[in-house]
Amino acid sequence: MIKANGLVSITDCEKEDILRILDLAEQFEKNPNPHLLDGKLVATLFFEPSTRTRLSFETAVQRLGGRVIGFSDAATSSSSKGETLHDTIKMVSNYVDLIVMRHPVEGAARYASEVAGVPVINAGDGANQHPTQTMLDLYSIKKTQGRLNDLTISMVGDLKYGRTVHSLLMAMRYFNPTYNFIAPPELRIPEQYRIFCDDNHIKYHEDTDLNSVLKTSDILYMTRVQQERFTDPVEYEKVRNTYTLRNSMLDGTKDNLRILHPLPRITEIATDVDSNPKAYYFEQARNGVFARQAVICSILGLV
Amino acid sequence: MKASHTELIVRALKNGTVIDHIPADKLFKIVSILELDQLEQQITIGNNLESKKLGKKGVIKIADKVFKAEELNKLALLAPSARINIVENYEVVEKIDLSLPESVHEILQCVNPMCITNKQPVSTRFDLLDRKRGIFKCHYCERTVDLSEIVVK
Repeated sequence: MIKANGLVSITDCEKEDILRILDLAEQFEKNPNPHLLDGKLVATLFFEPSTRTRLSFETAVQRLGGRVIGFSDAATSSSSKGETLHDTIKMVSNYVDLIVMRHPVEGAARYASEVAGVPVINAGDGANQHPTQTMLDLYSIKKTQGRLNDLTISMVGDLKYGRTVHSLLMAMRYFNPTYNFIAPPELRIPEQYRIFCDDNHIKYHEDTDLNSVLKTSDILYMTRVQQERFTDPVEYEKVRNTYTLRNSMLDGTKDNLRILHPLPRITEIATDVDSNPKAYYFEQARNGVFARQAVICSILGLV
Repeated sequence: MKASHTELIVRALKNGTVIDHIPADKLFKIVSILELDQLEQQITIGNNLESKKLGKKGVIKIADKVFKAEELNKLALLAPSARINIVENYEVVEKIDLSLPESVHEILQCVNPMCITNKQPVSTRFDLLDRKRGIFKCHYCERTVDLSEIVVK
């Protein structure tokens, strides 16, 4: 369950934790500015840049009346002088009530939560976890579909390296989903997640053809092929433009279909989709503030 | 009566430990990981011996040595099929079944080069995720590995 020492991984969340966070997020959406964080100080430590995530967290804190210190790039932090993560976290723990951390090294957030004297929220640790993204994805699904149970979710693009896909896939296990995994062979969903589905009796179907699943999907979860995950630029060029969703492809899809994307998008969703009412990715980003407010207040025991 | 070679090896041990049924390709790895080459005691090592179960097997026999739990954990990770016999006064007094530990501290190295344990001075920890399939999960980066992939330090 979500512990007092923070939120590091979506795998730490049980069904009740998820439902509680989603209920709280709904309350914050109705009233985003209760002064629950008056007098609280939050550190946002971004050892790699992520403007979107950092602004979302800082908005969540400031709208609740809290204040923020931190850095947005490792180059401006003491880690550029060779300070270990351990020492940076120990030092910052002295100053704040909560640490929000993005770090390029996998497992950095778990380690930070073990050495920090205050709770740590993982805002992304390399290709591993980004649990508040998963919470906002779940909130967006629940909000657009009215439920989490028995949905057909098609995940498209980089299913090999895409951590948002892996986390969402695991978090939805409580809600009897049916998955379509649409990816080029090079970016196929890893075996451990196929085993995970089998072990949890989750139905899934793998395909390389996006069109084959559009008409049956409730949620279309598009992802960007992330250049930074490839060591070989030739491999990246081969797969980067495999899937592009265009407005015309949405003809005949279900009325309740919504298109989600963790953003930023490059070429995988054409801009002519943006005006379609089924496009939901910008509202999805907005939901991130409410989901993060819910996580922060829950961890600090303020709700 | 003339005894067979393997029988002779086992019988020759008065007090100590016999590791039997080691897959032949794991024998020298075990010697290295358990640092058996550093021991002062008498050691007999046999490899590529005939085995009905394994085809070819290895046997290690160490005088006056009883393995600690941590060493047995390493053995379980390297060669879960191995059998441990404790010998006292030429008799096998105890057989130890190896089983995969629920949690492994420091012994394993994470295969993920981007894991914090490979980047900063952080001790490794793995948790057993699936005993039947022999799958462990890194406590930090959450990468899963099976027994064929693990790297024992």
